[in-house]
Formats: sequence, C-alpha cells, structure tokens
Amino acid sequence: MVLQYHIDEGDFVNAGNASSAVKRILKQLDVPAKMIKRVVIALYETEVNVVAHARKGEIEVVIEAEKITISVQDSGPGIPDIDEAMKEGYTTASKEVREMGFGAGMGLPNIKRNSDALHIESIPGEGTLVRITNELRD
Amino acid sequence: MGIQIRDIAELLKAKVLTAGLDLRSEVSNAFTSDLMSDVLTGDYDQTILVTGLSNMQAIRTAEMSDIQEVIIGRNKEVSQEMINLAQENGIVLIQSSYSLYRISGILYEAGIKPVY
Repeated sequence: MVLQYHIDEGDFVNAGNASSAVKRILKQLDVPAKMIKRVVIALYETEVNVVAHARKGEIEVVIEAEKITISVQDSGPGIPDIDEAMKEGYTTASKEVREMGFGAGMGLPNIKRNSDALHIESIPGEGTLVRITNELRD
Repeated sequence: MGIQIRDIAELLKAKVLTAGLDLRSEVSNAFTSDLMSDVLTGDYDQTILVTGLSNMQAIRTAEMSDIQEVIIGRNKEVSQEMINLAQENGIVLIQSSYSLYRISGILYEAGIKPVY
C-alpha cells in the first residue's frame, strides 16, 4: 500500500494529518500498539519539522506486510551539519514554532529514537530527505 | 488505582468540552507540560496531559502519544477545530480556570501519580 501526503510551510493546523491517517490504517492492520506509536511519533515529528523549517514537503508512506517505509522530501534550507542537528537541544526554530510547543531541539533525536532505521540526506539551500523504516510485527 | 475523568472534572471545577465520550474511564498518571516535544518522548498508560498550550498540536500530540485526556488550564480559549479533533480521536478535552500549578497540585493530592 502506497500513500502520499503534501505539507506546507507554517501550516500548523494540518501538521499531523498524515500521521493521523497512518495511525488509523496501522490499527486496522492490527499492528501492535507499541509499534504504531513509534511510527506515528517519528512521522509526526517529521511533519512538524517540515512545517517549521521547509517551504513544502512530500510524504510517501509504503506499507508492506512486515514493515513500513516513510520518505519525506522537503524543499527548504536543508541541514548544513546533520550530526550537529541530531544533538539534543540543537535548534534553529523560530519564536512562532516555539509558541506551537516545539522547537526545543528534541525532534530529530526523537525521530531517531522511534525509528528502526533512519536515513537523512540534505543539500543546503535545496532540501532534506528523511527516510524512516520500522518493523510492523513482533 | 485510578480516578474517573468525571471526578477529575469535578475536582477542577472544569468543563468537559467533548461530548458523548466515556467519562468513567480512569486516569492514574499525569504529565504537565507546554512543550509538546517533551510530551512526545514519553510512554503513557492511563495518563492525562495538563497543558496551557491551547492549539491543534496539543491534541495531535495526545493522539500520537496514546493519551486519552487533555486538560487545558487557565481557561485558555479552545477552538471548535480542537474540540472536533479531540472528539474524532476519543480524547476527552477538559477546560479549567485553574493554573497548571493548581491543577497539578489537586491531581497529585488526589493520588494521581507523576509520569517521571
């Protein structure tokens, strides 16, 4: 099953729509609740990152029997130093993003914590690709 | 041992904004935060979120974290969109005029345990 979603900069109202839809589908597929939670937290944090930092993003979710692969490609400033960005507390978020309850430099570390495999590619000035792969069965 | 949501609403003199959800379900733990990033790092069981952040992301965060009850403190304005989203996800949304400190104190005294 392949699902696609679009996200726009600053659209805090709709950030989470993709995570919500994926959560519903995984429930229907009887994926264990703990595994669903890891997937949707990782995806939700990624959605918030796109809304907070990029101009727009495209999400592709591929659900197979045993695993889920989430690819989020954004058009945005990119991440000049990914190792630095992975450190807890590192943030470039705006005041507006912090007022939304985010922007404390916890997103990427939390995405990593909730992913079985995480791959990040970024071209400064162009954008960032985040790929999250998680197992769906115990 | 938990406390039913309806009893919590009464203790906090709070208004339940969602309709038709089971207010007899029990809560044992609470987490108070305005930082949704922090909420998203936890594991929760029968946990209520107490927050002063009244926006869609507070409800989304509860949804993703498997939190079934959210208390908004200080009578912060709650949008109809937030109520609808909570309703769709079976999240009981409660609005209290008390400060987060007071809400947390009342819940603690009533035997609700902290998450950390």
